[in-house]
Amino acid sequence: MSEQSVATAPPAGKDEHRQSPPALVRLRILMHDKPILGPLVVLVLSLVVFSLLADNFLSAGNLSLITQQVMVIGIAGLGQTIIILTAGIDLSAGAVAVFSAIVMAKAATDLGLPGPLAILVGLLCGGVCGALNGALVVRFRLPPFIATLGTLSVFYALGLYLSGGATIRGTDMPAIMTAMGKSFSLFGTNVSYGAVLLVVLVAVVSYCLLYTSWGRHVHAVGDDVQAAGLTGIRTGRVLISVYIVAGVLYGIAAWVLIGRTGAASPQSASTLNLDSITAAVIGGASLFGGRGRVLGTFVGALIVGVFRNGLALAGVQVLWQDFAVGLLIVGAVALDQWIRKGSR
Amino acid sequence: MTVDRTATPILQARNITKSYGQVQALRGVDFDILPGEIVAIIGDNGAGKSTLIKCLSGAVAPDSGELLLDGKPVTFAGPKASREQGIETVYQTLAVAPSLDIASNLFLGRERRRPGVLGSVFRMLDVKGMRKDAEKALSDLGILTVQNLGQAVETLSGGQRQAVAVARAEAFSSRVVILDEPTAALGVRESGKVLDLIRQVRDRGLPVVLISHNMPHVFELADRIHIQRLGRRAAVVTPQSHTMNEAVAIMTGAMQVDTTPSADAASLSKA
Repeated sequence: MSEQSVATAPPAGKDEHRQSPPALVRLRILMHDKPILGPLVVLVLSLVVFSLLADNFLSAGNLSLITQQVMVIGIAGLGQTIIILTAGIDLSAGAVAVFSAIVMAKAATDLGLPGPLAILVGLLCGGVCGALNGALVVRFRLPPFIATLGTLSVFYALGLYLSGGATIRGTDMPAIMTAMGKSFSLFGTNVSYGAVLLVVLVAVVSYCLLYTSWGRHVHAVGDDVQAAGLTGIRTGRVLISVYIVAGVLYGIAAWVLIGRTGAASPQSASTLNLDSITAAVIGGASLFGGRGRVLGTFVGALIVGVFRNGLALAGVQVLWQDFAVGLLIVGAVALDQWIRKGSR
Repeated sequence: MTVDRTATPILQARNITKSYGQVQALRGVDFDILPGEIVAIIGDNGAGKSTLIKCLSGAVAPDSGELLLDGKPVTFAGPKASREQGIETVYQTLAVAPSLDIASNLFLGRERRRPGVLGSVFRMLDVKGMRKDAEKALSDLGILTVQNLGQAVETLSGGQRQAVAVARAEAFSSRVVILDEPTAALGVRESGKVLDLIRQVRDRGLPVVLISHNMPHVFELADRIHIQRLGRRAAVVTPQSHTMNEAVAIMTGAMQVDTTPSADAASLSKA
């Protein structure tokens, strides 16, 4: 939040061990103050490395492909990030998105609703799913991990039931429902509408988190629920609102997913649950709550996309792509622990 | 700073009782604080100190008895209600959000929005204005050694965090500031700073209720000392009328005090 210089407040007492921090400590403080720094450095480094490894990596066409590959994960990752900010986690993110996609598609094909209305129904479905998760966490006091582990199966099963296990083709739907997969030309590059939507959403969610009371309350709840309650913040309301907003974001991800894959299928996006967490964590969001930026998640999603794409172009087997992403996650969480070590 | 012993108590509790199941935490306790004084509450564990201040701050509703604010009966529906009446509490846990910066913490739970469309439609916070006011609140109390208001509270030392919490209470309080064990977690030097801070709050006209286990701190700061024992007020003494050992003796029951006359704030003016 702060654009000011690095924290070097003179301690009230003379703590000798605080006087001249060694370089490593200064680096930690810097990364603590600017959480976006780590992911950004990793992204730039990976871009450089892969452009050296694969000739066509930096081509306009390939970069456009990467953005198309990350747009669904990126949008779902935004929802995941605000939940992680409250020290929660949402294992059902992908299941909500897939269920919403099927509801959206069914509303258009079976009910014959006009496109925009069908999309709205899909977003509403995401919001209701989120509200259910939020209610389980707030009213029934379930740990978010358990609550969403349960709803993950529930939403997945509902999606299967509603679709009858069959894929609904995008060609059967109104054009607007697949529009997010379409591209327009900008400076000779193909830019998909879904990627633009992702950027817009990053800006909107960032604004809400950094410049509204709601955003500050989300951070405060993630930091320390009891403390937040004592300052008069209605923590239950904040938590439920967070899960609802996340659900709606998964609904938007569902819309983009239909465009990207040209269909609504109960089998699609099976890795989205964990991919959204991956994007948030690599982007610097702390699973302990209170720390994280949606801009970081955006960069985190790009890092995953760049790694997968770059390794594929370099001719590396898929299993090593997973291996690399796994290392990234472990590295990011270890880094977060190290950054926090000094402050608590 | 002299205290007018004949003034109407700014906050007064009469015959408050509170039970948690079988446990009677408060058995008809009286309490009063006059304008411009520091009243310390001391007592052994389980004497009902915390329950008493929770009743005063609205966090707990008493079973019976009454609270008087400026001589008028009040009931608080919750911490927010008492805060609206100008009673601010600094809890032992400080109730700060470590990852937010100092200015954000000062205004946590009562953020101000920008005027006009930005505030009403886009809900934009008045970040600059709040930061400016936070700076004023901190510098008024002489604790602007914390240079950078954009600094996260988790980067501060324990004493600095306490200072932020006290400054928040001071800035928003119009009647009484309640401090629960403000020096419990602090070192000697930091404690000293916080004690100075409490004195400043009092000297700026706000009466302070101070809960503490630390007898030297209590005797250094308090104008009067409310001794809580077994859910009742055992006595009210002053640092001049009694020694630390006597206060501890009353606290533990080793020394009996006739509560009726000395507990009366007015009679203490002669002491």
